Amino acid sequence: MSGINIHGIWAIYSSEMARTRRTVLQSIATPVITTALYFIVFGGAIGSRMQHVGGVGYGAFIVPGLIMLSLLTQSISNASVGIYFPKFTGTMFEILSAPLNAIEAVIAYVGAAATKSVIIGLIILATSTFFTDVRILHPVWMVGFLLMTSIAFSLFGFIIGIWAKSFEQLSIIPSLIVTPLTFLGGAFYSIDMLPPAWRTVSLFNPVVYLVSGFRWSFYGLGDVGVAASLGFTAGFMALCLAILWWIFQTGWRLKP
Amino acid sequence: MPPVSSPILSISGLSKQYKSGHTALGGVDLEIERGEIFALLGPNGAGKTTLISIVCGTVNKSGGTIAMDGEDIAHNFRLARQRIGLVPQEIAVDIFTTVWNTVSFSRGLFGKAPDPAYIEQLLRDLSLWEKRDAKMIELSGGMKRRVMIAKALSHEPDLLFLDEPTAGVDVNLRRDMWALVRKLREKGVTIILTTHYIEEAEEMADRVGVIDGGKVLLVEEKAALMRKLGKRRLTLTLAEPLAQVPAALSDWSLSLEEEGHKLVYSFDAEEDDTGMPALLRRLDDLHIAFKDLDTSRSSLEDIFVELVEKSA
Ligand SMILES: Nc1ncnc2c1ncn2[C@@H]1O[C@H](COP(=O)(O)OP(=O)(O)OP(=O)(O)O)[C@@H](O)[C@H]1O
Ligand SMILES: [Mg+2]
Repeated sequence: MSGINIHGIWAIYSSEMARTRRTVLQSIATPVITTALYFIVFGGAIGSRMQHVGGVGYGAFIVPGLIMLSLLTQSISNASVGIYFPKFTGTMFEILSAPLNAIEAVIAYVGAAATKSVIIGLIILATSTFFTDVRILHPVWMVGFLLMTSIAFSLFGFIIGIWAKSFEQLSIIPSLIVTPLTFLGGAFYSIDMLPPAWRTVSLFNPVVYLVSGFRWSFYGLGDVGVAASLGFTAGFMALCLAILWWIFQTGWRLKP
Repeated sequence: MPPVSSPILSISGLSKQYKSGHTALGGVDLEIERGEIFALLGPNGAGKTTLISIVCGTVNKSGGTIAMDGEDIAHNFRLARQRIGLVPQEIAVDIFTTVWNTVSFSRGLFGKAPDPAYIEQLLRDLSLWEKRDAKMIELSGGMKRRVMIAKALSHEPDLLFLDEPTAGVDVNLRRDMWALVRKLREKGVTIILTTHYIEEAEEMADRVGVIDGGKVLLVEEKAALMRKLGKRRLTLTLAEPLAQVPAALSDWSLSLEEEGHKLVYSFDAEEDDTGMPALLRRLDDLHIAFKDLDTSRSSLEDIFVELVEKSA
């Protein structure tokens, strides 16, 4: 073995994907059903009473936000469980004793979590076409945002998984911070619809940038500029990478 | 390839202080010879697992160096890790995967290309072949331990750590395990094991290291250790029980056992004059008759207990 431990990366990646297949109902079906419910409630029941947003029907308008909502929660939960589970069962010793460096471990775990998120994102996109007319003006950008967001939040989830000492801690950040931020982040409305004060507050919500950029790739309209969206996603990814680099340097919460 | 005589593993000044402030290792120096079976003995909390864990990379060291074939393992951690296999003290497995998958996983994790024929042979050697498609959750504790061994051997390491591999294991499995260890040694694998079954170290090991309180108290060829520290016992079964050891015999270190029916003399096997003939003559003079006479050499266990007591 020279250079990179390809077999090692593949072993982790494929066993993580196997875990997804074992829990296919929970992994894939749940987000699909949840999304369908959102369409029925928001897109159907409420959306019929909402005016078009920037020339786009409300049902179509919420598609990018819904995908983003799933990407964030799924990326975080997949990646955090992926690395927390070996800590919990004690099988972490094997990962730590393997000839695998930090970058390879991150590629394997985060890659698997992000792959799953992207698959779910695409399934939701496909599901949404049954409910509404979806156009994608900038498909390359759409895929770009999809990938970047999945990777960035899988990195974030990976950090949470390493940090967590219990299952409760594992879910505390997603449920206390990420879900509220996503709901308040313009997934179901344009922040232009808000009173000016709240609009200003919203600009401090990082999710606004994610949703806005993603929605722009669909319909060419966003609450903030694409550059800001891109910059935020890239910056967040860089921050997570820096934290992970430090974690692996020090063995924080990994090695006594 | 380094010369055969050079140690495969050289540990020097290795220390570990846990975050709790507890010093688990206080400057350990240890050299492991290529191809040997080395038994690390020590009471609970001696630092055996800590030592093994640091070499295997699952615990951070506080100080000191570890070299494999003369090269600091920190310099080329991949090469070192790839050559090391670890069977940890605690069984830890992903209970939802199958035997075959978890063993194949380990091989890949350690950077080796898949080799189904090798894995098959490994599972057969460990009597796991029948169970290859069983989920880990369906296996008994002993079976799980076999799987832990299979995982550790999956990438064909040439330095194998067995941390109390026979704890909680039945006689059959223990016998299988030692057969496997011998087979591995014949293939040139160096084995470092810790065990509480001291007879096993006595039977299996080429060299023995005694560790306590984070310090290596002694490292010795097993045979030399037995000779050097071995006490012998002369047990005389008396015709008539004695109430106490007669004052006329105070030159010898004697004790009575079994309500005065047995007179036990312990002496140093290495001494030129063991004092045994003189004792027997004196007994004759005192008209103390005995029906039976038996001598035995102390086991490694006795030696070990004595050492630890001495250092305490
Ligand atoms: N993660 C940890 N944090 C703090 N102290 C620890 C930790 N792990 C071990 N210790 C302490 O370090 C000392 C050495 O422990 P270690 O597990 O190395 O002993 P051992 O020789 O393997 O014992 P045993 O025979 O019981 O397995 C013990 O006092 C133990 O309590
Ligand atoms: Mg131990």
